Amino acid sequence: MESTKTTKTTETMGKMAQQNIHIRNGRLIDPKSSTDAQRDLFIVDGHIAAIGEAPAGFVAGRTIDASGLIVCPGLVDLSTRLAGIEPELAAAVAGGVTALACPPDTNPPLDEPGLVERLVRRSATLGLAQVYPIGALTRQLAGEKLAEMHSLTRAGCIAFSQAKHPIVDSQVLLRAMQYAANFNYTIRLQPQDHNLARDGVAHDGEVASRLGLTGIPVCAETVAIATALQLARATGVRLHLARLSSAAGVALVREARRSGLAVTCDVAIHHLHLSEMDIGYFDSHARFDPPLRSGSDRDALRAAAAEGLAAVCSDHTPVDADGKQLPFAEAQPGATALELLLPLTLKWAAEDKIPLLSALARITCDPAAILGINAGAITQGSPADICLFDPVEPWQVTPQALRSEGKNTPFIGYEMAGRVRTTLVSGRVVFDSTGVKTE
Amino acid sequence: MPDSTYSQHRNPLHKNPQLNVHGELTHLLSIDGLPREILTHILDTASNFLEVSDRDVKKVPLLRGKSVFNVFFENSTRTRTTFEIAAKRLSADVINLDVTRSSTAKGETLLDTVDNLVAMHADMFVVRHASSGAPYLIADHLHRTGRDDVHVVNAGDGRHAHPTQGLLDMYTIRHYKRDFANLRVAIVGDILHSRVARSDIHALSTLGAGEIRAVGPQTLLPTAVERMGVRVCHDLREGIRDCDVVIMLRLQNERMNGALLPSAREYFNCYGLTPEVLALARPDAIVMHPGPMNRGVEIDSEVADGPQAVILPQVTFGIAVRMAVMSILAGN
Repeated sequence: MESTKTTKTTETMGKMAQQNIHIRNGRLIDPKSSTDAQRDLFIVDGHIAAIGEAPAGFVAGRTIDASGLIVCPGLVDLSTRLAGIEPELAAAVAGGVTALACPPDTNPPLDEPGLVERLVRRSATLGLAQVYPIGALTRQLAGEKLAEMHSLTRAGCIAFSQAKHPIVDSQVLLRAMQYAANFNYTIRLQPQDHNLARDGVAHDGEVASRLGLTGIPVCAETVAIATALQLARATGVRLHLARLSSAAGVALVREARRSGLAVTCDVAIHHLHLSEMDIGYFDSHARFDPPLRSGSDRDALRAAAAEGLAAVCSDHTPVDADGKQLPFAEAQPGATALELLLPLTLKWAAEDKIPLLSALARITCDPAAILGINAGAITQGSPADICLFDPVEPWQVTPQALRSEGKNTPFIGYEMAGRVRTTLVSGRVVFDSTGVKTE
Repeated sequence: MPDSTYSQHRNPLHKNPQLNVHGELTHLLSIDGLPREILTHILDTASNFLEVSDRDVKKVPLLRGKSVFNVFFENSTRTRTTFEIAAKRLSADVINLDVTRSSTAKGETLLDTVDNLVAMHADMFVVRHASSGAPYLIADHLHRTGRDDVHVVNAGDGRHAHPTQGLLDMYTIRHYKRDFANLRVAIVGDILHSRVARSDIHALSTLGAGEIRAVGPQTLLPTAVERMGVRVCHDLREGIRDCDVVIMLRLQNERMNGALLPSAREYFNCYGLTPEVLALARPDAIVMHPGPMNRGVEIDSEVADGPQAVILPQVTFGIAVRMAVMSILAGN
């Protein structure tokens, strides 16, 4: 499939792919190497040839003036749902995302090597963001029989998960972890006890009680985390806990890491900004899985992200109007977020006075390390996946401003600060906002 | 509803959708968020209508030429009938739609149904829906489609609200007790699943009731119910003691035997209102129930038929209150 990609790239991009690029006068922020300084970048053959000084004999085919811009690694997203592959991958690069993991709850689910190969091939031919599929842990995500993890890995899967589907039978979960540990595969779980969360649509707290919505208690998360941690200890599997939503959940993971367990976790960007109060009068745009919880839970998630315990992801889920124009409990959870990941991360950093170097780590090198992929860093010799953004440019979130087919977000109408100007994947300009504007 | 965490929201679902820019009632969706003056105005208007029901000709022409659509996505003969009577006494044309058996069965969405009815020149929707918040979705949709002239009355949505029931309960309390300030009111039973309880709690706190008690086992009380301004009592006797008003709630059959409660018998033993328990309340305490009652489950027949019960007057007042709500929404 690599060869397919190269061929197609050459066809569609022509000489562009071979162009040497000089990115000059930008503020380079590379969290992995703790770099935050004025540095030029020199790209040769799709790779970072040099940082700072031009390599010998370098002749720029194209020079990008990054004055006033931040130059950082292309963002790495831990969870992006692709409704239509092409529009969502275009949205990804418009949001500065150059690598993303796709959860297995596609239709049909990613439990067959053929499906995974097709997804990898289709996304590679587009030459936009790199797609890393997460395979189904169990067949049909039914939580009963193990999926063919080895074959799925050969087809391109980098981890296994149930997405939002439960494994009700703890013995199946134990076996799945044992099997995955055998091959050193990573298991990602979205921790929520199926029975405790049954019929729930919102955080079991003041707002749900007032609005008469069925609640999902915090213990639905903590019970599932405790189970997962115990089984991970017993099996030695590499475990990633996805989409934590509560202070108590964060505390359990922090404690487990202190005791030496190599568990990782993430939070969705919405959960750093919103709480149950944002449901307002039944606003289905504020319906999420896991639910938005209390203000103090949100503060704990922010703290977890600030200290580096949790990575941050978009949890991008395109939902069309039909899925949202329903009574709250019947509406589909989730929101479009690829193009909001960066500005919302900047907003969080500004509000909590987090250095950009740390804030950007949560959406670049940290998720790359969790996924075990060579991305999220600007190092000499690595593929030139780069995001150039204006950290202060204001823009308003409108359906027209979003390239994703998902137009539903609780942030519609908001003013954002920070906008991606140019995105490069393997040294090719795959998104350029100035170019788009003049079209 | 407390303010959302961001002040930036442009979404109408973050403003109180029941009131127009002048603070007037355009829909009745919930008692939560309505100012005391509006509640009092509805109750005062209802007392004027009570007299209409005693006349030989039980009609006033306030809604003549208007079409009221009873749109019930969930069955309820009783509530629908009282709305129908109220609308007819205001001289409105009443159209009853039992949507559970028609359009939705054919896959039509809630808002498609609404659009169709608006095209039939509906002036008012009386909506019952099994999902909490459905009437808000309808009101929001009418606003977005420029139909602010069409009004929505929530006739019960999921567990959320049943505002006309809350208002008729307040009417009943005011009728027998005059003033809310010093009243102790106990709401007893399945508060978790009860839209009536939520509406009563909001109405009582807005009208300044002295003390509101939520009485029931923990399995039937909503999380953080105390944040709604009630005192929680798990013991019935403690909850009833020295009360002026006892509001009993219906226990649905499907909740009687399972993980919420062991049995109807045990529930009656612990939370059933018997003459002995009622004797702990003030001697002049009144007993209310939104109906339909489960005799021998939440209430003893002797209490239900006894001198302190005001359950049938509640029904009579209910018509006057619904007339008041519809006439105020129609601009009278």
